[in-house]
Amino acid sequence: MTKIPVYLDINGHHHELQLEPRVTLLDALRDRLGLTGTKKGCDHGQCGACTVHVDGERVLACLTLAAQAQGRTVTTIEGLAREGEMHPVQAAFLEQDAFQCGYCTPGQIMSAVACIREGHAGSDEEIREYMAGNLCRCGAYPHIVAAVRQAAQEVAS
Amino acid sequence: MRDFSYLRAASVDAARQAAALPGAMLLAGGTTLIDLAKCGVAEPETLVDITHLKGLNGIEVSERSAIIGALAKMGHVADHADIKSRFPAVSEALWQAASAQIRNMATIGGNLMQRTRCPYFRDPANFPACNKREPGSGCSAIGGVTKGHAVLGTSDACIAMYPGDLAVALVAFDAVVHLGQSQVPVDDFFLLPGTTPDREHAIEPGEMITAIEIPGSASARRSTYLKIRDRQSYEFAAASAAVGIEFEADGRTIRDLRVALGGVATKPWRARAVEDALKGKVLEPDAVRAASLLAVEGATDHGANHYKIELAPRVVARAILKMGETA
Amino acid sequence: MTLELSLNQQPAHARQGSSIGQPLTRRDGFLKVTGGARYAADNHPPGMLYAVLAVSSIARGRVAALDTEAAKAHKGVVEVMTPKNRPALAIDPDAKDNPFMFRLDLLQNDQVRYPNQSIAVVIAETLEAATEGAALLSPRYEALPARVGLDGAKSFVPRGVGIGGPAVQHKGDVETGLRSAKTRIEATYETPAQYHNAMEPHAIVVAWDGDRLSIDTPSQGLAMAQGRIAGLFGIAPENIHIRSPFLGGGFGSKGMISGPQVLGILAARLVGRPVKLVLRREQMYGPVGHRAPTRQTLRMGMDGEGRLTAIDHHARTASSTFDDFFEPAADASHTLYASPAIATSHDAVRLDTGTPLFMRAPGEATGSIALESAIDEAAHACGMDPLEFRLRNYAEVEPMTGKPFSSKALRECYRQAAETFGWASRPLQPRLMRDADGFLTGWGMGTATFPALMFQAEARAVLRSDGSGLMETGAQDMGQGAWTAFAQIAADGLGLDIDRVEFRAGSSDLPNAGIAGGSGHTATAGMAIHNAGAAVIARLADLATGNEASPLFGAGNEGVLARGGRLYRRDDESRGESYAEILMRAGLTEIEAHGKGAPDPASQETYAKHAHGAVFAEVKVDPDFGQIRVTRLVGAFAAGRVINPRLVRSQYYGGMIWGISFALHEEAITDRRSGRIQNANLAEYHVPVNADVPSVEALLVHEDDPYVNALGIKGVGEIGITGTAGAIANAVWHATGVRPRRFPIRIEDLLG
Repeated sequence: MTKIPVYLDINGHHHELQLEPRVTLLDALRDRLGLTGTKKGCDHGQCGACTVHVDGERVLACLTLAAQAQGRTVTTIEGLAREGEMHPVQAAFLEQDAFQCGYCTPGQIMSAVACIREGHAGSDEEIREYMAGNLCRCGAYPHIVAAVRQAAQEVAS
Repeated sequence: MRDFSYLRAASVDAARQAAALPGAMLLAGGTTLIDLAKCGVAEPETLVDITHLKGLNGIEVSERSAIIGALAKMGHVADHADIKSRFPAVSEALWQAASAQIRNMATIGGNLMQRTRCPYFRDPANFPACNKREPGSGCSAIGGVTKGHAVLGTSDACIAMYPGDLAVALVAFDAVVHLGQSQVPVDDFFLLPGTTPDREHAIEPGEMITAIEIPGSASARRSTYLKIRDRQSYEFAAASAAVGIEFEADGRTIRDLRVALGGVATKPWRARAVEDALKGKVLEPDAVRAASLLAVEGATDHGANHYKIELAPRVVARAILKMGETA
Repeated sequence: MTLELSLNQQPAHARQGSSIGQPLTRRDGFLKVTGGARYAADNHPPGMLYAVLAVSSIARGRVAALDTEAAKAHKGVVEVMTPKNRPALAIDPDAKDNPFMFRLDLLQNDQVRYPNQSIAVVIAETLEAATEGAALLSPRYEALPARVGLDGAKSFVPRGVGIGGPAVQHKGDVETGLRSAKTRIEATYETPAQYHNAMEPHAIVVAWDGDRLSIDTPSQGLAMAQGRIAGLFGIAPENIHIRSPFLGGGFGSKGMISGPQVLGILAARLVGRPVKLVLRREQMYGPVGHRAPTRQTLRMGMDGEGRLTAIDHHARTASSTFDDFFEPAADASHTLYASPAIATSHDAVRLDTGTPLFMRAPGEATGSIALESAIDEAAHACGMDPLEFRLRNYAEVEPMTGKPFSSKALRECYRQAAETFGWASRPLQPRLMRDADGFLTGWGMGTATFPALMFQAEARAVLRSDGSGLMETGAQDMGQGAWTAFAQIAADGLGLDIDRVEFRAGSSDLPNAGIAGGSGHTATAGMAIHNAGAAVIARLADLATGNEASPLFGAGNEGVLARGGRLYRRDDESRGESYAEILMRAGLTEIEAHGKGAPDPASQETYAKHAHGAVFAEVKVDPDFGQIRVTRLVGAFAAGRVINPRLVRSQYYGGMIWGISFALHEEAITDRRSGRIQNANLAEYHVPVNADVPSVEALLVHEDDPYVNALGIKGVGEIGITGTAGAIANAVWHATGVRPRRFPIRIEDLLG
């Protein structure tokens, strides 16, 4: 199929790509733009490793066509830190040891940032439910909850 | 995934026209369609992206009804204050579905078009026989792994379960699907497999869901969605029930009752027999449990899914009794 | 001169700094939280092509036809690799000369021996084209009936189980023990096939340069992978450079190089360009190992005081039709409970599956859930509290061998965990506790154990004249925290602040660090690092103490301490000088030394070496729905010296959550007609989600072990899953009165 021009706004930078329409946002980020922080765990919307923000909301890049993201703003894990300063959620993940192998971590962090922003980090129980879309095979969940709780308090104060 | 051409619809009419062409499909949140394209189940030639259409994501709630635009996101509807207060079962069905990320992508209209999780349906490369994909090719599920298959509404041609949550609540409260000018009750929108399991929805090429409308009612206001599953979250229902109740002035006699089941049937399953058995009666635990057994009247299992026949009435009973308690 | 220190000669921390034991945050943490950690599939060398596997639909038979023309006609497809054009290998992929050399499916013929076996590789300019090209191959097969299930074939007694241990062992006479018993129990438990499902799919990025290979791939054992690839391709190991700085989880499935990874190398050779090959999630259910199913029968006899008179533990398991890995489940009964008679035995069937493999606590996990369930049944049969029963049968020496334990703080684990949990108020009988919401509440416990293993490792230490140090070892970090823990050991070994130590790992051009597996990596590579550090300090001390200009002159090598980048006199710490001063005076820019880590044969012979723990679980079960929630887990573990409590706690949590997963979630479900796994995805093959894990606590119990190794390290990576799974099963019984005998425990098992 012929490629189409796709304009993407990612982490504040504009990119013009020529893509087959079937290219997902995830594969565009990873294979075309070198933004490999976003991970592929299942490619079917079942693990959350590819979580990014589109227009500020957490979504799965593996089930989003790159072409669909044109005209929207995309934020990935690489765009979260500002001028080398970690986002409070990143700092909390580091401090709470909220990861082990680190593979699900970018997705967890993008999900956590949105979870707090949505107002779904009000209690540990709520955090657990609203972070349930991000699998962690290493079993870092208790520390992930602690990190989200800590970051939510910091963001609120 | 096969390649396809991609176009963005500029208007609802343009979308309808484009989608009417052979091989064309509407693309909204993509959580079903892109997934199934990767599985080789959906093989569109053209995807008509409707997510950028304006004016289709509204949520209007009044005394009379809720009208939810087809492009409203599941997550937004779940969190909407008036939906929570006037249609708690709808909000609960939504927030217990999938994951937060998927709910931010999936639209209300697209959710109604969600397809079964039958592993045989989802795997054409390894299981060519599937009447839902290829009419007349047979059913690989019958005689296979059936733990997640339907016990109600099945046919010899198909036992695939309807996996969604929202539509279970919708069917309980007589919601209507808006297809532009025409309207179809949700209960009629979903089709039984019968001999044509490939036809799942009462929608024709060139038609497009534009909104759903849920009539407001006392029973919708006093409602719940109870979802039972092995995992605490991010799992399809083993069995679920949407229940709404309205009492007479005495606070004990059931004036109106709505019951629908999820996770057990080939479509969102309204259990009118349960409703009829209890309407006009005083809410009483033994009577509720007895009546709830009617929810699975006529159920047939395929071995591994037998437990659903045991489980579903218990879920219904619990949900009804829970709604009674909050009097 | 270099002092060759013999292993374990130096007492721990003879010259230590203070990094060991500190709860440092991960040194690789910043990279991991910012997306900067580069996993194998994140690499993209210039000119790289994408390779995608085509895998078999059938479980057994042969590939009769592949439509390679259709695949090649797809735009972007460069080549299709099949048995017809696959580049030659130096040896037969089915050759095997040791138990760790697993047979691989490398397109050697058209035969199919399990579902999802590789049958072709499509190589294309884009991932999308390669993926669609693979789908277009539309294979036709000649299929034979699949052999599935633990009764699916004739059983036999394997020659060895696990890493080659005897399939049948005994001490004493269990039949006599059972006959003499006052109380007996017998029960059979089934555990399903489980798949590792690391979040990172197996991936390889490979580039050939003549007969040299540059590879990015996740590996738990770089040197073994290098050796295997060298053998397959007939090239020198040193011509192969493998980088594996981060593994996105391994759990055993990345211990050996797998067939698909080698196919990536072959694909790159075929097309003469760099290639990336990444497994799709569903393709991980076949060629990269799994935990085999088991059916275990336990018989136990007890005397009038609740003392065991006999334990008989039999396990049926399964391997593939073409290779050997036999889950050593029954061996779990060798180490925990004292009994005059113990018999363990295994038999197996051969099925049309991929070959099973090590999966987090192989044998220990499967065996533990059955053993701990049976112990619970035995305690109940004797009318005893399960903790009291375990203490009554506490093993003062290793039951099977009679060897003393090198250390065993299990009593303290029981005590601390029971107290924290509040075990004392537990009613003996089941189904007596309900919470305010009407949920049936149950408390159960299990004992955790895992052997303290060591393998072989080497490290190289360097001190530089700028006062900094370097430690190199090809260690692998799959999440356990190697980058941090080893740097801590290195800092102490070098007598430097950790910030002055450059630590290199994760690459095959570094000294062989052995395998990150068997919970033995920290002990093994840690000892190599420790010894390398000691050796280089000894060299430095020689330079100083032998030079009249040094304030350390005449102190003698043993008379010198190293700390904070300075050497001091042991007898007068006011006299010392910096490393930099010593090296500069000697006119050296740097000095180096090597160290090894290995088990000490003498103590191996004398002592039984195990980590221990106790896990207590609370579950709540909906009385109508059978829905189970693990509302509380408390574990206490004693595993020798803790290098970094922050990381160790994470390892225990991870293991315990695997215990939840084993008890309640994980199961590969096979279609018996086709032999295919019908939940080969992360939506339907369940692992716990965050909401399944409300409360986990891990207590770190102090334990000094002078015998395991000089650092006193056991291992923490796998022990958490043992004990936990059984504790949950026992809690489910205590809540409901229904004894789980099939795992995972599902809603339908408790509907009643």
